[in-house]
Amino acid sequence: MTAIVQLRTSIINKKKPMTNAQIEIQLIASLVAIACAIPGTFLVLRKMAMISDAISHSILPGIVVGFFITQDLNSPLLILLAALTGIITVVMVEYIQKTGLVKEDTAIGLVFPTLFSIGVILIAKNANDVHLDVDAVLLGELAFAPFDRLIISGTDIGPKALYIIGTILIISIVLLIAFYKELKVSTFDAGLAASLGFSPAIMHYGLMSVSSITTVGAFDAVGAILVVALMIAPAATAYLLTTNLKRMLAYAIGFGIFAAISGYWLAHALDASIAGSITTMLGLIFFIIYLFAPSKGIVAILYREKQQRTEVSLLTFLLHLKNHSEERERHVNHLNEHINWQKVRSKTVLDLALKNNMVSIKNNIVSLTEKGNNFTSQAIDYIMTNEDSKIEHMKADFFLFRG
Amino acid sequence: MLGSFAVLRKQSLLGDAISHAALPGIAIAFLITGAKDSNTLLIGALISGLVGTFWIRGIVLKTHLKSDTALGLILSLFFGFGMLLLTFIQKQPNANQAGLDKYLFGQAATLVESDVWLMAIIASICLVILLFFWKEFKILLFDADYTKTLGFNTKFIDILITSFIVLAIVLGLQTVGVVLMSAMLLAPAAAARQWTNSLSVMVFLAAIFGAFSGVFGTAISASQNNLSTGPVIVIVAGIFVLVSFIFSPSRGLLFKQIRFIKNRRDLELHKTLAFMFRIAETHENISHPHAIKILNNFQGYTKGTLKKLVDKHYVIINGNEWSLTNDGYRAASNLYNQQEKTND
Repeated sequence: MTAIVQLRTSIINKKKPMTNAQIEIQLIASLVAIACAIPGTFLVLRKMAMISDAISHSILPGIVVGFFITQDLNSPLLILLAALTGIITVVMVEYIQKTGLVKEDTAIGLVFPTLFSIGVILIAKNANDVHLDVDAVLLGELAFAPFDRLIISGTDIGPKALYIIGTILIISIVLLIAFYKELKVSTFDAGLAASLGFSPAIMHYGLMSVSSITTVGAFDAVGAILVVALMIAPAATAYLLTTNLKRMLAYAIGFGIFAAISGYWLAHALDASIAGSITTMLGLIFFIIYLFAPSKGIVAILYREKQQRTEVSLLTFLLHLKNHSEERERHVNHLNEHINWQKVRSKTVLDLALKNNMVSIKNNIVSLTEKGNNFTSQAIDYIMTNEDSKIEHMKADFFLFRG
Repeated sequence: MLGSFAVLRKQSLLGDAISHAALPGIAIAFLITGAKDSNTLLIGALISGLVGTFWIRGIVLKTHLKSDTALGLILSLFFGFGMLLLTFIQKQPNANQAGLDKYLFGQAATLVESDVWLMAIIASICLVILLFFWKEFKILLFDADYTKTLGFNTKFIDILITSFIVLAIVLGLQTVGVVLMSAMLLAPAAAARQWTNSLSVMVFLAAIFGAFSGVFGTAISASQNNLSTGPVIVIVAGIFVLVSFIFSPSRGLLFKQIRFIKNRRDLELHKTLAFMFRIAETHENISHPHAIKILNNFQGYTKGTLKKLVDKHYVIINGNEWSLTNDGYRAASNLYNQQEKTND
């Protein structure tokens, strides 16, 4: 571990101008981010986000077995075997789920730790002396990626990881464009997709295979956990911002790239793990969007809830006025205790009503104006019939209060 | 034990999420105190686990993101942040830092006596509270709305259960590590679920399964070199689950298959009998012999079913011919009547 750290330090601390290795690292990170964002979006929409976590863990035995066969950490066979294990995981989860003995999430939670344990034990028993480390599998080390060069007939044409992830990315983009319509339909309306003649099973396993291959291709560069983060976080963040699939894909890719590059510089500044800082950036982005997204952020939701509470209070107030013609009931002080609001709240509501010309106050007696009277009648109408059409034109009125 | 609640509450993967989310807590606790005292680290893990859990709930409640997305999100983000902190700590000039990554994979062998005592104490506190709030837990589990109408403080009970799950996970982290913790939480409960429909029996069984897989796993890993404890425990627990899936009497796959085959056989038997009955009906004497051959064009007929019918004294075989007995005639006509009744 210390050797790793020192090596990383030596890479990261190279002073400006930006070295070749730095550009390559950022390029790889961005490509991984894009490659993950595409299947990730669909996983999030299909409510299968945890599957990516399961795959990323359970590919371990596949990698180990592949390593025993090939004795080479970078052979394509390794990736194929690992992807196969990923698909086996999905099939096993589905089989267990189909027996009806446990729920889907329990099935996931059972399958992947077991497979992972098998992988860990295989490593511990047989591969202790070779370069195959659980840490490396789980956490990855982006800083090393540029050292593993692809050399064809003696010329160095760039880091291997760049080519692996680039190939995977191209495959998934081609598949995405070719099957965009089918994917879209089967994601949002599986029944319709089936009746239109697209096999949901093929779509499902196709998506699973792509996710599985992407995970394997990316884990080498960035580690299993970051793969999960890169798949889920950008997609989830984008989902908070838009409900349009194309835009969601675009946003997810954008967030992914931004996090990859800014994460790299964060790691550079803190001299820490690149994978970890990319994830942290993703977390920050998500947190900000989670709080401040225009219509679905927490702040917006809290604001809306407060708004709605005031509106309901106002309505209650107006209804009370309409129901009571006696002066005693309409006295300002009496209203305070009758509806049982705190002073501040009742004052807000009263002010709001005054501002909108719903009520008028004479000698501390509150009475409805004509506008207020009409409005209240409409509201009662709505409450009695509960028909949406009745409230449609009232929405405009409510809008007035907010302004 | 607490896993039973997680399984039944459909929060199975919460364990996975929390165990990952605990990592930044460990790192931060270390950064603040600068010492590797396991108690402070545990408290840090506990706090960040709780923060993660409640953030997950916040996401699920307040936005339209689904729980699986929220879980995956929190899991990976917290873990990534934890990794960042860990690598950051490795840069600090503090000789103490080695061994923090033990938490990732866990090492039961590194436990010292005080850790074991701590675990035992907390486990017994859990047990006492579980018994104390048994009724509330149970009712919340199966019918949350009803609980609310009864006037229980559902939020409080909910938070209590969740906190205990988090506590259990954080404690277990040291033993089996981050990745395998979720299996430790789930596997015994999932196995126990197959054997019983009663909550109390299930919790009890889950505790036994958990303890057994712990003991067996440790024994196996101790008997060989190079076997880390955590994965072995998980595999033992996985075997428990597999066995339970296959062999449990009422829900198991094996018995389900046997029941399925038995039902099919019964159906074939009935089919043969009904066919015989219809032939016998056309004759005045019900035990008028018929050639076995005419049964051949009937799918349900096999030598086996015929033999069974003879065993039940419904049919008499005489050379190549069969004839219905009185018993058989009665049984067959009853069968027919019942079928007609159900058809009505």
